Amino acid sequence: MSPKIVLREVTKVYPARRGPVVALDRISLQVADGEFVCVVGPSGCGKSTLLRILAGLVPPTSGVVQIASGRRGKPLHSLVFQEYAIFPWKTVFQNVVFGLQMRGVPKGERETAARAWIDRVGLRAFADAYPRQLSGGMRQRVGIARAFANDPEVLLMDEPMGALDAQTRLLLMDELLRLWEADRKTVVYITHDIEEALLLGDRVVLMTARPGRAKATFTVPFPRPRGIEVMASPAFARLSYEIWEALRDEAIAAMGDAAAQPPPAAGGAP
Amino acid sequence: MSPQRRDRLLATGAPLLLLALWEAAVRMGLLDARLFPPPSSVAVTLYRLVAGGEVVRHAAVTVLRVLAGFGIGASTGLIGGLLLGAVQPLRAALEPTISALYVIPKVAILPLVMLIFGLGEASKIAIVAIATFFIVIINTTAAVVGVEPIYLEAGRAFGARRTQLFVHVVLPGSLPAIVTGLRLALGTALIVVIAAEFVATQEGIGYFIWHAWNTLRPEELFAGFIVIGGLGMLSYAVIRWVGRRVMPWLEEDRPREGRIDHA
Repeated sequence: MSPKIVLREVTKVYPARRGPVVALDRISLQVADGEFVCVVGPSGCGKSTLLRILAGLVPPTSGVVQIASGRRGKPLHSLVFQEYAIFPWKTVFQNVVFGLQMRGVPKGERETAARAWIDRVGLRAFADAYPRQLSGGMRQRVGIARAFANDPEVLLMDEPMGALDAQTRLLLMDELLRLWEADRKTVVYITHDIEEALLLGDRVVLMTARPGRAKATFTVPFPRPRGIEVMASPAFARLSYEIWEALRDEAIAAMGDAAAQPPPAAGGAP
Repeated sequence: MSPQRRDRLLATGAPLLLLALWEAAVRMGLLDARLFPPPSSVAVTLYRLVAGGEVVRHAAVTVLRVLAGFGIGASTGLIGGLLLGAVQPLRAALEPTISALYVIPKVAILPLVMLIFGLGEASKIAIVAIATFFIVIINTTAAVVGVEPIYLEAGRAFGARRTQLFVHVVLPGSLPAIVTGLRLALGTALIVVIAAEFVATQEGIGYFIWHAWNTLRPEELFAGFIVIGGLGMLSYAVIRWVGRRVMPWLEEDRPREGRIDHA
């Protein structure tokens, strides 16, 4: 079967005052249809840039990006952002329906779909609440529902748990597993948390410190459906440590790099 | 007593105490009644002027001038600001000029405005419109430019096209700062209209205050201050109310625990 996503030799260079910054250096990646791939790397390694290139928000400097499209009339991808990129001026319902509304899905159809997803993330009672009235975990559920409701071929997630406390994070990961396992969309999930990647992903791709390259790939052997309990197994701990061994040097390099050179502004310059 | 109750009591008690001190100082001859008429006689004068309809007529003229001038200035400033904010080349071309003109105190160009628009209503409305326009266009431009990039990105990522992005993201995202600009503009409009009414008119609160000075009637002078202060408070309340109506998602301001001034 041909892969859903193909990245070939993708390079991204940002111009900066002190000379160009190479955010991504000839990174190649293939993701199969229905596969959940987690990209792990130290902060500032260009993993968010990678996701923005996949989402078509940022053009690559060179290289090939292909996402195979199977269905007509459906969006190719939807993004779940780091922190709170849901619109504070829209209610939960208005946020979740947003993608469908932008695509011109008929009113009745899009409202049914949005209500269904609000139910599935457990926010029925908050459908008409504004984000400021919600906790961090609830807000990110809105972000996830907004992406799922849009019914894309590929889900792109940029550290969606990054701003949450440890307990909320565990709960939300469990929920995300449940949601994902119900319809198995292709996912590219960016995180800096190894355990998060091992819990959620079929495969973990490790990136180097800037310039970001694909350093190693780990296949996650745990059977589906998965739950939090898998984290208690010795195999999980072993694999987690193995990835950390590979990541440690990069994290140290990233710390030195960050001291020498501030990263480009969040969101990336055009 | 709860802190809120205490604060309310202080908020009403302190000014009342101040008025009482003033009254006492005048009666004991510590304060010159020709400069600072006692609050009691100001109140009587104000009552007489309101009941007789004189001050109401002047206030109505001032309000109409402000409404007309503010309406013209705010609507054009809003449209201009949205355009400048959304179209970068336009901003590059016009923003320096607008910023340069903005810093000229609007009262200073009143003579020029009166040359152009004559001594009648048009010049009063025009000067208010000009003052409003600059404040609104500058604040609106900054508001649009200041919309968080993450929201624009989210809008684009979910397929919003240019107009959709404007309606669903840019406009609501910049509303809080736009409303702040409108509030500033309305405050300035009141200042400017009073200054404009000091000259070449027989109507308006500005004229009323000026006339009270000319005829050496300090009670009327202070009555005029109270009316203009009331108009200021009213305009602030209106903008606040409109702001809440158009931005129901914003948090009410309430005291926050742990703030340094929150005992």
